[in-house]
Amino acid sequence: MAVLHLTNEDFDETIAEGTVLVDFWASWCGPCRMFSPTIESLAEKYEGKAKICKVDVDAEPELARRFGVMSIPTIIVFRDGTETSKRVGVQPMAELEKMLEG
Amino acid sequence: MPNSADIIIVGGGPAGLSAAMTARNRAKSVIVISNPAEASGLYKAERVDNYPGLPQIKGADIHGAMLSHALALGAEFITKRVISAMPSGNGFFVSAGADFYECRALIVATGIVQSSAYPGEKELLGRGVSYCATCDGMLYRGKKVAVIGLSSDAEEEADFLRGIGCEVLYFNKPQKYQIIGGDKVEALSAAGTEHKVEGVFILRNTLAVSSLLPGIEMEDNHIKVGRDMSTSVPGLFAAGDCTGRPYQIAKAVGEGNVAALSAVAWLDKK
Repeated sequence: MAVLHLTNEDFDETIAEGTVLVDFWASWCGPCRMFSPTIESLAEKYEGKAKICKVDVDAEPELARRFGVMSIPTIIVFRDGTETSKRVGVQPMAELEKMLEG
Repeated sequence: MPNSADIIIVGGGPAGLSAAMTARNRAKSVIVISNPAEASGLYKAERVDNYPGLPQIKGADIHGAMLSHALALGAEFITKRVISAMPSGNGFFVSAGADFYECRALIVATGIVQSSAYPGEKELLGRGVSYCATCDGMLYRGKKVAVIGLSSDAEEEADFLRGIGCEVLYFNKPQKYQIIGGDKVEALSAAGTEHKVEGVFILRNTLAVSSLLPGIEMEDNHIKVGRDMSTSVPGLFAAGDCTGRPYQIAKAVGEGNVAALSAVAWLDKK
């Protein structure tokens, strides 16, 4: 499954069920762009097991505000709509897996 | 400027420059990403008297000689502050300023972080505390922020923040700072005076290893290395002060040499 790009319109519906990882990013952020291929391979690896999503904080400032995103990248994992873990800054694959499995 | 190389070296002190020379002598392409030479601890040393063969030499002179030697051998030198590095599928990504670079093997020679974290810094990191103005600045547009500018590019970063519409309080003195807030940053206390701000950008020349290389194994506050300067991350080598004492040029140069040879062996094996 490809990485899903979420907006304010489809965000709540997407995170409501199952395990969802959201990467808050922006195009002007070097570390975010560097992190992007990792998110893409995570999406391949978790195909059918978890939804791997991105939110562009420039396009969706309301979502960034709602989840208190003040540094990017910020990665949040939701389980059936509830936030279960949050990390700030680029994370190695193993750490993302820990967030999803934990 | 190229944005990829066989080997990227983070840090342009004696360990990094020694590694660059060795890797160039083995015909690998090399990019050194570093603060400007003037920010190097060696450059600032008034007199060095423990480096074999060069008694009573000025730090700036020995550093300058090492830098020109590495450049003459064909190493690229990029003056930027590295924000983070991480494994990619095939090697590593390194982000510096608003750009990122790619390499197949990585050598970290960042020296030691002199200052420890300020009270509140770790707790509020990502909740108003940031190490990167170009990354996070836009999230603070129209807000009042403080910059603790201790890095060589700090004034530039503060200008960037002003340029995008932040109201910037600029501090450049090493003094007592405390970051105050609960859920997020509410104020910065500087030498006892409290300033209400929504963000605090802490810009040091060298980031703590835990921010630079999330997940790498440490030992007594230093990067854990083997005899071949390998770290817990395959393809990532470390050299110099960041691997532990003694903090001396001779040790840094030797470790840089070993790290580069190990990185070359790693590349040739792949």
